[in-house]
Amino acid sequence: MPKLISIEEVVALIPNGASVMVSGFMGCGSPHRIIDALAKSQVRDLTLLCNDAGMPGGPLGEDFYGVAKLIHNHQVKTLIATHVGLNPEVATQSMQEKTLEVILLPQGSFAEMIRAHGAGLGGVLTPTGVGTIIEESPYCLGKQTIQNRDYLLMAPLKADFALIAGSKIDKAGNIWYQGTTVNFNIVMATAADVVLAEAEQFVDVGAIPPEDVRTSGVFVDYVVEGGRY
Amino acid sequence: MREKERVQGFIAARVAKELKDGDVVNLGIGLPTLVPQFLPENVHVTLHAENGIIGAGPLTDKNRDPIHVVDAGGKPAAATIEGCFIDSATSFSLVRGGHVDATILGGLEVDEEGSLANWIIPGKKMPGMGGAMDLLVGAKQVIVAMEHTAKGNPKILKKCRLPYTAVHCVTKIITEMCVIECTPEGLVLTEYNPEYTVEQIQAATEANLKVSPALKTMYRI
Repeated sequence: MPKLISIEEVVALIPNGASVMVSGFMGCGSPHRIIDALAKSQVRDLTLLCNDAGMPGGPLGEDFYGVAKLIHNHQVKTLIATHVGLNPEVATQSMQEKTLEVILLPQGSFAEMIRAHGAGLGGVLTPTGVGTIIEESPYCLGKQTIQNRDYLLMAPLKADFALIAGSKIDKAGNIWYQGTTVNFNIVMATAADVVLAEAEQFVDVGAIPPEDVRTSGVFVDYVVEGGRY
Repeated sequence: MREKERVQGFIAARVAKELKDGDVVNLGIGLPTLVPQFLPENVHVTLHAENGIIGAGPLTDKNRDPIHVVDAGGKPAAATIEGCFIDSATSFSLVRGGHVDATILGGLEVDEEGSLANWIIPGKKMPGMGGAMDLLVGAKQVIVAMEHTAKGNPKILKKCRLPYTAVHCVTKIITEMCVIECTPEGLVLTEYNPEYTVEQIQAATEANLKVSPALKTMYRI
């Protein structure tokens, strides 16, 4: 059974230099309250694994959306992502100020590499990236030809912490996701040493029918009540 | 700006003719998003958004929920009544597994080998590839829909100079000037816009174009 903790307790768990997976796609499906609290904290030198760098300007007029505030505060040392074009601060910090290291991976590979770690697999063989500079990525372990087709062997991806978000989370940690918020939550819940899940609605067991549970509570270590976003 | 819109509409209308009823289609940002409005009434396609929608549908005041449902550009979106929401791993299983019939996207450079560059300009811009590398490798048809030149400079080259998004992947290039099929023997000009001559099209193209014996004029709006 996961432990229900406060947002302040979440922040206290995450040390400087930690590697942190954060779910979400341009902020949709990100654990917004946890990110807000991290942005207010002094935690620094994070290795952030997230699809993107969030974006300035959220749907409700937020100044920063998704992980963008963490980038803005220079709390991230290394960003492993698939697309950072919607957050101009990434280009500034990585190419001009040279304070942020950015490692770009194809989105499908990124998802599957995370899934691989969570599923106990030694890597992913994917045709994606063959013939491109992905072959030179530190995460590309080699190239193989199988049945006349070339594949790249991509390393599994893990993190110290996964910060995920559920639309409904029950007291056993079971999660239901609304709409497209599901995105990277399912794979990230499996691939970190410590999994922290922010609930938009924290509900009693039974409130999410078993067939609607997309992440089982067995993957979740801590639950935080975030409230309706 | 008017002229640019006219050109983009012309390209999108021609791209629409490539799609068949029942196709699963992924649209890149920009010009490709104009394509569905040009589909004939009897052609219904299922739109895939790689962040997690199969069957993306019209956004209304009633279904609008930008916190919980967005498209691959992070913009508010919706699913049709036949649609569903999927997680990222499933979404790219769909892509790499060959379940997407066509992907339509723009390009910075395309070359004679059907290779495409559209994700990075080293030292200048590095937005990232997002799902493009997977889509190019996995979709059955890869249609590059773009303006033929950039500020008068050819974009269809003998060999891409920018880093590839994927190699040997493009099936067709559709511009305001022409339609080009990518074949193992090189680029074949199959249709041309009669506002231009074949010579003008070749002059605006660095790559060598073979003229199809069945060359015809492009659809006109």
